[in-house]
Amino acid sequence: MVDRSNGFVFPEVKRVPSRFRNPLAQYRLAIEGNCDNCGLCGQLCPHGVFLPGARRPRVVNPQMCAGPECGFEDYCCINRCPQRAISLKPNPSFELLGDLRWTPELLASTWHMAETGEIPHQSWNYRTGASGGGFDKLRFLFPPRKGLYFNEKDISLSITLNRTGDGRPQIQIPVPFYLGGMSYGSISIHAMLSRVRAAASWGTFCCTGEGGYPDELIPYDGHVITQVATGLFGVREETIQRVRIVEFKYAQGAKPGLGGHLLGDKVTPSVARMREAVAGSALFSPFPFHSVYSVEDHKKHIDWIKQVNPQALVAVKVSTPTDVDMVAVGSFFAGAHIIQLDGSYGGTGAAPDIAKKNIAMPIEYAVPKVHRFLTNEGIRDKITLIASGGIRTPHDMAKIIALGADGVCLGTADLVALECVRCHNCESGRGCARGIATTDPELTGLIQPEWGTQRIINMYSAWMKVLRSILRRLGMKSVRELVGRWDALVHLDHLQPEGIQGEMEA
Amino acid sequence: MPPKYHIETHPVPNRLAPISRSGVVAWEEGCLKCARCVKKQCVYRVYETRRLDPGEMRESLDFACKDCFRCVQNCPKGLIQKTLDPKFRALGDHYWTGEIISRLWFQAETGRIPVSGAGYGGAFSGPGFDSMWTDMSEIVRPTRDGIHGREYISTAVDLGRRPMALCFGGQGELLSPAPLLMEIPIPVILDRPPWSPPSRGISLATLKAAKILGTLAMTGPELWEPQMEPLKEAALWAFPRGSEELPWWLTQGIHLVELEDGPDVMEKQEKLKGLNPELIVMIRLELGKESKRRVLELARGGAEVLHLKADPWGREKGEAPRFVLQALKEIHFHLVEVGLRDALSLVAGGGVAMAEHMCKLIIAGADAVSVDVPLLAAMECRVCRRCQEGLACPVGLEKVDPAWAAARVRNLLAAWHNQLLEVMGAMGMRDVRRLRGEMGRAMFFEDLEREFFSNLGRRS
Repeated sequence: MVDRSNGFVFPEVKRVPSRFRNPLAQYRLAIEGNCDNCGLCGQLCPHGVFLPGARRPRVVNPQMCAGPECGFEDYCCINRCPQRAISLKPNPSFELLGDLRWTPELLASTWHMAETGEIPHQSWNYRTGASGGGFDKLRFLFPPRKGLYFNEKDISLSITLNRTGDGRPQIQIPVPFYLGGMSYGSISIHAMLSRVRAAASWGTFCCTGEGGYPDELIPYDGHVITQVATGLFGVREETIQRVRIVEFKYAQGAKPGLGGHLLGDKVTPSVARMREAVAGSALFSPFPFHSVYSVEDHKKHIDWIKQVNPQALVAVKVSTPTDVDMVAVGSFFAGAHIIQLDGSYGGTGAAPDIAKKNIAMPIEYAVPKVHRFLTNEGIRDKITLIASGGIRTPHDMAKIIALGADGVCLGTADLVALECVRCHNCESGRGCARGIATTDPELTGLIQPEWGTQRIINMYSAWMKVLRSILRRLGMKSVRELVGRWDALVHLDHLQPEGIQGEMEA
Repeated sequence: MPPKYHIETHPVPNRLAPISRSGVVAWEEGCLKCARCVKKQCVYRVYETRRLDPGEMRESLDFACKDCFRCVQNCPKGLIQKTLDPKFRALGDHYWTGEIISRLWFQAETGRIPVSGAGYGGAFSGPGFDSMWTDMSEIVRPTRDGIHGREYISTAVDLGRRPMALCFGGQGELLSPAPLLMEIPIPVILDRPPWSPPSRGISLATLKAAKILGTLAMTGPELWEPQMEPLKEAALWAFPRGSEELPWWLTQGIHLVELEDGPDVMEKQEKLKGLNPELIVMIRLELGKESKRRVLELARGGAEVLHLKADPWGREKGEAPRFVLQALKEIHFHLVEVGLRDALSLVAGGGVAMAEHMCKLIIAGADAVSVDVPLLAAMECRVCRRCQEGLACPVGLEKVDPAWAAARVRNLLAAWHNQLLEVMGAMGMRDVRRLRGEMGRAMFFEDLEREFFSNLGRRS
């Protein structure tokens, strides 16, 4: 795919199957003993569920099966099997995957996108989760007969990261997202490399988090955002001079107002070296910056970075308190180019459950609050507003842009693409059993960077297809037109059907 | 600065295998007996350490498994599956959910805050306590590091009546009597559970836990045993309504008693205070629509502490009950309006199931909260309420060991205390007395929905 407005060529999609022998599928297909191995099922199935076998076909891709819905199709293997040897049963493990925010269907959809780069053909709801509010109750309202006549290739997805006009580089990214900070130590080097390389392929950025800047990332310097957080782990002049964007992390949405905590088990010798700390002892990243108690101090911080790297843009990552609008305006006047609002339902390596659930507001409220305030102050078009914290799908991304963000910052979805099952045990013992959030050498080896890179590339490929389709149906030729278009959304709890013109998204 | 309040905790093992959300189903039939079986590769070594709980014939796999799905996904014959455990769904009820109960078990066992990775996985919001978020402070506040902290966050609160003004004589000497206040180091009192099998172990354990924590546990004359004498300072004496003859002798050495509200409650209060001037009297009201009026009457009449109690599901009594949070907000605001809020203390309870509920009730206007069902859950109660029907307790609470149970309650409240510190640390607050009624530091679902979502979809 190409973006005709700027010539950016989307990275190529390549099929990347699961790392595991048995993909987590919604259905279990069984072929009974009366099968005479005629091979019809394999010829019929357009989704590649079967491969030929010696005595009977093998079910190799049960996750591709469209399930009972397929019964309406003339290629349905169960209906067409001459021996009636194929049966379909629900997979009991499937229903206990995930949680209300990431439902089993949302996880499976994301895995499908990461495997194929396509929007799922299965009957899964890949648009919303089951959290009962926020994104999951927001729907797009498509005006009648708009956008029918233009090509999706003419839709621009690029956004500008420096809108201040201060003479620093006008960095543009061809897609309205970059990847958020996950530190070396909280995730493995292979997971980190997968994300950074995928970001580079998409012409965008990936943040290092606060665990230092591993040498392995140097080839991708142009696509790295390095983070300066309260622990200042691994922050050196040369790391700040290496990059095009430097991010200050004031707070993280999942644990707003609380410090970070890397358990001793995860501080392996290499992590310790990177963070200039002692192996085996827990590392606290305090809250807040002990050198910042005012907007003036904040400005001093930003000036310091600007001095060290005269070409860099400065992003400021904050959480979402009641006065998040004041925080945003403060950051603008302190000289930030990008303000990233990190909502309370976002990701983390480890955080107290009480904080994740209760402290600070969800991003769905914070973005319209800040957008409105900055607009009223007359400075909205001078700053880039990035939303993060609980954005799981391309629909969430489009919705938060419509609520007022310029773009989004993503993290958890990447990990799901790497086959995270959201068991929530990132922090325990040797770390993630699936080799994502770990520093254990053996577990790290469960992911190969080439595999991970392509999975993430594929997922965003599907996301960009969805985003373009939403924009087309809204009659918009650029994602920038979508920013702050509250009229393009409705909320199911506040819906006044008589006021609706157009077609509401399913 | 007072010495830092710290609750020493130690792990206190479960007596029974906890009920977990899902179980492992591993078939033997068709097993290839691989040399490198996926079961041997379990990161958490749950297959190597598996055992059968003889009491309940339950497999340790089910609660040791951490749902990583590695074995499910790697077994060459696909013989391992996970399934939801119907027993988990059957725990408790719509309010006291399996998730809440199992988290209470975890905290009672370990004394630790529930911590997890990968972001929040629950509902966007919900009824009751889940319709509210608490604030945080980005930069502009003094250094505070929560539970890891270097600075002291006080969680102590006072119970009692305060004079609205002090009187001084011509020489500057204080004429008004010193206010009679009781300070407890955590804003929690331990109430009698609304149900439980008859058990002296439970009341003894609660008293013991209150003594360790420095707070008070509700007890009554009918539960008194001579061996409780050393625990007397932690006792909060409850006198039921209609007890004509209060056993006055018992009030010696007691700081706080509770009377149930009634027409003559203020006379009873006078009578008690006449016999023991050191006594603080708390009046218990069942929350209802008329509570606002009654609270004002009692506040004007000289009440010292009011215990506003909703039912175990947080509802007030009567038709179309409001949630305890709303009812309390109304009462708090009303007392603020008439200038009496600081005259007396409010203890609120009913439906307090998690640490965050304690924080939110305080923000809604309570000085302290009363906790009941979680005390039982700390003792492995499954909130089945069979005891209410006179049936046997499935976890044998009637014979619970008081020392074990007290240590579990201590662990639970130590974890709650740490979570209160987290919430206050995030807000940049160093005294829980200042958290009371700080509704400007909270965000409410209805307000945010109205402000940002009610006008979507309109062409401007």
